[in-house]
Amino acid sequence: MIKNILSLSAFIFLFSMIQAQPGYKVGDKAKDFRLLNVDGKYYSLKDLPEHKGVILIFTCNHCPYSIAYEDRIIDLHKKYAPKGFPVVAINPNDSIVQPQDSYSAMKVRASEKGFPFLYLLDDKQKVYPVYGATRTPHVYLLSKDKKGAYRVAYIGVIDDNYKDAAAVQVRYLENALEAVMQGRVADPSTTRAIGCTIKTQTAGKAKGKENKKSKG
Amino acid sequence: MMLGALLMVNAQTMQEADPVIEIVDFDTFEPYLQIQDDTVRVLNFWATWCIPCVKELPVFLEAHEMFQERPVKISLINLDFPNHLETRVIPFIKARNIKPEVVMLDDPDGNRWIPKVDQGWSGAIPATLVYSNKGRLFREGMIDEKVLHDMIRKLL
Repeated sequence: MIKNILSLSAFIFLFSMIQAQPGYKVGDKAKDFRLLNVDGKYYSLKDLPEHKGVILIFTCNHCPYSIAYEDRIIDLHKKYAPKGFPVVAINPNDSIVQPQDSYSAMKVRASEKGFPFLYLLDDKQKVYPVYGATRTPHVYLLSKDKKGAYRVAYIGVIDDNYKDAAAVQVRYLENALEAVMQGRVADPSTTRAIGCTIKTQTAGKAKGKENKKSKG
Repeated sequence: MMLGALLMVNAQTMQEADPVIEIVDFDTFEPYLQIQDDTVRVLNFWATWCIPCVKELPVFLEAHEMFQERPVKISLINLDFPNHLETRVIPFIKARNIKPEVVMLDDPDGNRWIPKVDQGWSGAIPATLVYSNKGRLFREGMIDEKVLHDMIRKLL
């Protein structure tokens, strides 16, 4: 009996590990994409002015965590774009499930806050699964390698306090940026956080499949 | 038994009163994850802003009723922002007539504590931990009635 329970927990543990880490891992080559910005034009990473990497952030309008980080994301862009690491924000949510994350609502928010960075819409929801983003905000720090390919250097959170920027003690993303700029490996290179799940119309069906698997 | 009956009556007359929700940081909360007895403890991590969490909530409310005679304790660990306790969480609990215990976990450094709940948890919610002195089972993502009941029965 105990053995059964142990093997079952090991299975569920392994399964949850697999579930928790789809998409890219640190060190992986990251794919470029072409998505619609709030200015009505399409952009790819390669279209950015001369840069050494990109702070790619899956974020959105409605999520309380995303809202809490808006000002910090603006500051990150202002600080690191001149150093070669601009912010590129991508809204991965389906606007039928989450109307506050529609393209027109994105344009309004970007203009209210004066976003100095690209705020793109993953309207076909094909980019975020490739990266493996599961929540908003979810950061992927990309750094160009010698051949000019984008490599994932850090995955996770911006810092250790979503509620209060003034109370932050560890700036995980900035530490990773500094490490990358000095040619070091980020440590930690992945961090976790509670966040809003990415909204899809097929979420219910997909979850049903997972349920079946975990029973097996 | 008498006390239980008294409490029931009390709860009924108190129906209009607001539920009292304790707000805890992770250090205060951590012992909830390590109680070693034969009670099966079900901890569901959720928030009112999380659509799949709200969708699966009835599964936990039903389990709370169904396992009432067994050593099973269901706790709903709420992850809303504390400044939404009065405006969102308490009205939600009243509107849905939520009976299981609700605790608000308020600890902004998720990277520190998420792996302490379960090594495999990315931090996405809903997530559910079921444990007793027989073992621990964890699940990230939505859960249905059969999966939850299987998890509980395996640890009873």
